[in-house]
Amino acid sequence: MATITLTISALPAHVRTARLMAATVARRAGIAASAIDEIRLAVGEACSRAVAAHKLHCPTQPIQLQLIDGSGPDPATDPSTDASNPMPGSTGSATRRFEVVVSDRAPAKDTEETPHRLEPLLDGLFLDGEDTPPGGISGFSPGLGLAVITGLADEVSIEPEESGTVVRMSWPLHADQTQNPSSN
Amino acid sequence: MDLKLDHYTEGDTEIVVVEGEIDVYTAPRLRELLIDLVNKGNFHLVVNMEKVEFLDSTGLGVLVGGLKRVRAHDGTLDLVCTQERILKIFRITGLTKVFGIHGSVQEAIDKRSSK
Repeated sequence: MATITLTISALPAHVRTARLMAATVARRAGIAASAIDEIRLAVGEACSRAVAAHKLHCPTQPIQLQLIDGSGPDPATDPSTDASNPMPGSTGSATRRFEVVVSDRAPAKDTEETPHRLEPLLDGLFLDGEDTPPGGISGFSPGLGLAVITGLADEVSIEPEESGTVVRMSWPLHADQTQNPSSN
Repeated sequence: MDLKLDHYTEGDTEIVVVEGEIDVYTAPRLRELLIDLVNKGNFHLVVNMEKVEFLDSTGLGVLVGGLKRVRAHDGTLDLVCTQERILKIFRITGLTKVFGIHGSVQEAIDKRSSK
């Protein structure tokens, strides 16, 4: 188990850096090449969402990205956890996962749209030009970004809190390597 | 790599050639180009995405924004894309039903002409 933490200023230019680092760490963890693209895109969406939220609420605050490679040796020496349950929430005892956690510090109110509000595709969901709020990023739609994350990550949890939103995404490691991930 | 944009005229259609990464950082440039083309009276656009290496929801938002603008003038915005990795994001978001997505620029032009 190894964790890499990256802290970025809330600037669109740094989202690419976060994407590249996530893809590199995922590749090193042993994620299948076909899933690297999904991780790159999902991490980019999560960071774009965070940057947009910070731009509106707290532009000087940083955004944190954690890349957790569960492929290493068991953290069995950690005395704070039960060694018989190495991955809380995991379904199978042998399941190891590559997890990405994106944490922002913008209050969740007014910045969140659930990924279920996708129906009015051509009716105001997409921010463009005059629809963009002051300080917002043109073309960015938080609801669409979350929908993409939900569609790409194997497991997702989005925890909007007053102190910020935490987006957790994970993908299995050492899963069936022969599966065809482009089947959907 | 960064985003490279080019465009040329073919009959009554303006072809926009996009190369590189369309994301939250670069998408505003594509948006500006699409707005500029529409403002200059180009209402039939084909965006060639064959050399796009990365596309996120910000890029999708800009393309839908372009579609809204040309439709306001009874125009069209079609896409050229055969890359599975890019097509996947259109499928996930349901936008394959919103855009005409074609295998080549010529196919995009022919399809529109035959309507």
